[in-house]
Formats: sequence, structure tokens, C-alpha cells
Amino acid sequence: MFIYTVRRLIQTIPVMIGVTLVVFLMMHLIPGDPAQIIAGESANEQQVEQTRERLGLNDPLPVQYGTFVGNAVTGDLGNSIRSGRAVTDEIGARFWVTVELAFYSTLLSIFIGLIAGIVSATRRNSPLDMIIMITALFGLSMPNFWLGLMLIQYFALNIEWLPVSGWGTPQSIILPVITLGTAGAAIIARMTRSSMLEVIHQDYIRTARAKGVKERYVVYKHALRNALIPVVTVVGLQFGVLLGGAVLTETVFAINGLGRLVVEAIGQRDFPIVQGAVLILALMFVFVNFIVDISYRFLNKRIDLD
Amino acid sequence: MDNLKDNDTKTIIKVDDLQTSFFTHKGEVKAVDGVHFDVPAGKTLGIVGESGSGKSITALSIMRLIEAPGRVKGGSITFNGEDLLAKSEAEMRRIRGNKISMIFQEPMTSLNPVYTIGDQIAESYQIHQGLSKKQALEKALGMLELVGIPSPKARLKAYPHELSGGMRQRAMIAIALACNPELLIADEPTTALDVTIQAQILGLVNDLQKDLGMSMLLITHDLGVVAETCDYVAVMYAGKIVEYADVNTLFANPKHPYTVGLLKSLPRHDIDQEELEVIRGMVPRPDDLPNGCRFAPRCPFAREMCVERLPDLEDQGDGNQVRCWIHTDQWDGPEVNVRDDYGYSESTQS
Repeated sequence: MFIYTVRRLIQTIPVMIGVTLVVFLMMHLIPGDPAQIIAGESANEQQVEQTRERLGLNDPLPVQYGTFVGNAVTGDLGNSIRSGRAVTDEIGARFWVTVELAFYSTLLSIFIGLIAGIVSATRRNSPLDMIIMITALFGLSMPNFWLGLMLIQYFALNIEWLPVSGWGTPQSIILPVITLGTAGAAIIARMTRSSMLEVIHQDYIRTARAKGVKERYVVYKHALRNALIPVVTVVGLQFGVLLGGAVLTETVFAINGLGRLVVEAIGQRDFPIVQGAVLILALMFVFVNFIVDISYRFLNKRIDLD
Repeated sequence: MDNLKDNDTKTIIKVDDLQTSFFTHKGEVKAVDGVHFDVPAGKTLGIVGESGSGKSITALSIMRLIEAPGRVKGGSITFNGEDLLAKSEAEMRRIRGNKISMIFQEPMTSLNPVYTIGDQIAESYQIHQGLSKKQALEKALGMLELVGIPSPKARLKAYPHELSGGMRQRAMIAIALACNPELLIADEPTTALDVTIQAQILGLVNDLQKDLGMSMLLITHDLGVVAETCDYVAVMYAGKIVEYADVNTLFANPKHPYTVGLLKSLPRHDIDQEELEVIRGMVPRPDDLPNGCRFAPRCPFAREMCVERLPDLEDQGDGNQVRCWIHTDQWDGPEVNVRDDYGYSESTQS
């Protein structure tokens, strides 16, 4: 297990190099001169040239890349064009808000999704199964900003149970988490259902029944653990998607998260912020996938070291 | 109906007029249609037939493990004097894996991939004998030794994927025999294995059966396996038993054309053969069964009466029971000696 973990960790290195390379090249691939962008539109030729020199843009690309990675490792992602503050400071606090939002939403998705999926699978084709699956279809198809607005309309404005916006207090996180977690819950419910239905017809389930195992244990001990393997992948991907995709939810609930920061930064052509945020989100995604791979190994002993 | 010849032996299980059907949107499919047999205590009954003859469904019906849309529609299954079909699900659970155990055809997929071999054997003891995990694992170790798995201590902690097919089947046998069942149902236990491993597993099952005094219901399509293992044989075709006899009688004096056809299609080492014999045609689909004798479309002796009317399984007086018009007074064709006229001569089957 330790060796496996180390190996998977080593395997993330090429991915991380790829991520940094792409993020680094963004600067050079977008139309226009980065020095011009950073120096500002009103800058004269001399100022642009100074900026170019200051940023090392005259160096050969590999050297620039080395400098970029070197700085990034020490926590220096440059400064915001708008505020002049360090990108890491700008991102820092807001990053954790988004991680929190994505984390609670994923927890909610797992909780609701698993229960709904198992209930659906064990009562296949019953009215309950149909109700759950139709609800899941709604959950999946509903744009989450619309769901957010509807929730605000009812819970915050009509019955005034919960605050309209914000983040931090227990009451304030409820609506955003439901908004962001609903689609995930629907995906996990459908995934769990189909995975359970597939597993429940396996030979080893018949073996368990032939052994005299109670149906409850057949489902929760023998089937569920096998059925969870594909579900874990979905959960991992879901968390990654939520990290990057929380923008709309953050906007609807006026939460100062990373998503909103990025949208603002794009609008203001604050290039270092965008670059830094993309880099951090990508690395987070790599990290989540690493965790998923590790938990695979716990669930499924067949995954070999190779 | 009593198939027992030596009536002083106790009957462990008696299946009477068993009917198991699958209710699909196309209508009822009769997979098992009025099957009778007994298994005497300590003896082995082989059920022989091609794929789709209903032999596995018969086994699963006894275990009450038929899944929807299938259902045991009628008949009775009497185990140790008690009707299994009348038992509640909870009562059946106490019998499964405890009094009646089953091993399956596919050792590669019949063990749960995420639990260790030890855990899976120990589970039987935990369920049926209420042992603690530790005690159960100790007994599991004993079972692994009994079924001849090398370095059993290490294997206890192994996962199924770490074992070969033969070793997995031994582990399955260990699970099945853990609680010392009175009846073992073996559904094609060697079909998925290499020939050399087949012989080992059959030998193991035979030895354990004698040592533990179990009765066995062996389901197979392989008459070679029957010859080596069984005391009695029921030949099944399209959901019905067509011939029932003790093993020596069946091989020496087969009466049903289907049985003779099966025997003829065995490879022989005592005569020169250019090619293997086959029974022409296919087993009828269970949703499209002939009205008369179900073997009639493939039978070389079939006459109009065979196509029109279904014969009963009738006692032949010499230990055979045969479902064939040829062996009745009503036969309206020329005299047939099925065995000779079909071109089967008794081989020196081991």
C-alpha cells in the first residue's frame, strides 16, 4: 500500500509538469504582447520595454519557464495587475471558500446520491425507484443558477428561514451547498443504481445468498463495496468539477470565492490572477484524482502495483 | 413416485413434480416441467443434460434461489421430511450453506473479489454457528487444509484474484462444506477447469463426500464425470427427465434415444473413430416446446405418435425409468432396440 501510494505520487509529477507548462504558455498564446498587457494600454514603448525586461520576457522560453516554476514553488505567482498585491494573497482566502463550498456540496451529493441509488437499485422498477430516478433526472437537468434563484426566492424571501447571500455562518452555507450539490447527488444516485444492479447479478452475490447471508448483508456487505468502485471515480471528478464550476453558484449567492475572482479577473484582463487561479485549480484536480486512486486501492484489491 | 431401489436407505431429498417457470413479457417459459427424483442419503445423483435442459434451474429451485421473473410454480421439495417450498425466507437462510450447500460452475467469478478467502469461508461459521471472527477464521484454516490448498495460513489472507481457477474452486468447496452440509449441490463444478485440474477437483469432492457422509446432487453435461462420480443418473431434456437409472444400468443398457445419443457422442478409446458422433439438431427453446415428446424433432426413431403425444416416465422393471413410446405397449412402429439400432455398443467406461 505504501509503495503503491508513492508510485501514484510519482506518477502525478508528469501531470503537474504538463499543467505548469500549459499555464505558462497561456501567457504567450493569448493574442497580444504580455508586456503590453501588463504594462497597461496607455504605456509607451519604453515602459513596455522596461516591463518586458523586468518580467524576463526577453529570455529564451525554457529559461522563462524555469523561472516561472521556480517562483511558483516558492509561492510567488506574480502580482495582480489591478491591485498590485501578490497573486497568492489575492487567491489565498478565496480559494478556501471555494474548497469549502465544493467539499460540503460533494458530501451532500455522496450522502443523498448513495442512499437514493441503493434504495432505487434494491427496489428496482418499484414506484419508489421511478420517483427517485425522475427526481434525479430533474436534479441533473436543472441549471444550478436557476435552482439557486428558486431556493433564494422560497427559503430566503418567502419564508425567510435562511439568508439570501453570504458565506461563513451555518445558515448561510445551506442554500449554496444544496444548489451546487444537487446535480452531483443526481449523478451519484444514477451511477450507484446502475452499478448496484450490475453487481447484484454477479456470481459472487449468488454465492453469498447460497451461503445463507441475509439479504441486507448481501446488499451492504457483498454488493455495495464492489458497486462503489465506479462511484468513487464519479465523486472525484465531481469534486474537481465543483471546484472550477462554482462560479455561477458563487455569483448567485454573492460568495467571494475563487470562481468569482477568476471571472472578475478575466473581465479586467488581470492576467496573473487568471494564471494563478488556473494553476491552483488544476493542481487541486490532480490532487483529488490522486486521493481517488488511493481509495480505489482500499476498495478493490485487484488493482495492482503495475 | 419412488425412485429408490434399496428402500432401506434414507432419502435425503425428494423432488416431486417440480415446476419452475420464468414469466417474461412473451409469456410463461417452462424451464423445469414436472421433474421427480430422490437422492438417497450418502449417495450421488447425477443430473445430465445439455445447456438449457433445466438442470441448473432445478438446482437453484432446491436452494430457493430462483430470481424474478422466475418462480417455482408447483410440486414439492422434501428435505429430511420437511417441505422446502413451504419454508419462510428466514428458515431457508438457515438451511442454505448449512444443511444444503452449493458450488458453482465459474470459480473465477463466484468468489467476492473484495474479501479475502479466509473472510469468505469464515462468514459461513459466523452466520450458522454464531462463532466470533477469530474462531471462524481458525475453522476456515482447517477447511483450507481439508480441501488441499497449499500453505493454507497464507491463503487465508489471499484475495480471490491471487488464486488459480483450481485453487478458487477448492476455496468454493471449502465455503460449501464449512458447516458440514447433508446435501451438496455441485453445478458443473469442473466444467470451467483444465482437464488435469478437473480430475483433481472431482477426486477431492468424491473423497470428501465419502469422508463426511454427504449426499450429493451433481449437475453436469459430461457423462465421463457421471461415470466416475454418481450412483444414480437422471437424464434431463428440455425441462423433463427422460431417463432415470442407476449408473451401471444406464451405461450398460441405455433405453432412451437421447441417452444413447449422448453416450454415442462421448469420445471412445476402445474403438477407432474417424470423427465424434453428434446428436443432430438443437435443444428446443423453452418458450417454444414441441407438444409431443420433446426429443422427437431430433430422434431418429420418431413417428407420428411421438410428435403428437408426450410419453410418461415409466418404470421398465429393470431399474430404468424411461420417457419414450418405444418402451411402451402403445408403440405402433416396428420393433426397435434403441441401443443397437442407434449404433451404440457398451464401452469400457471407467
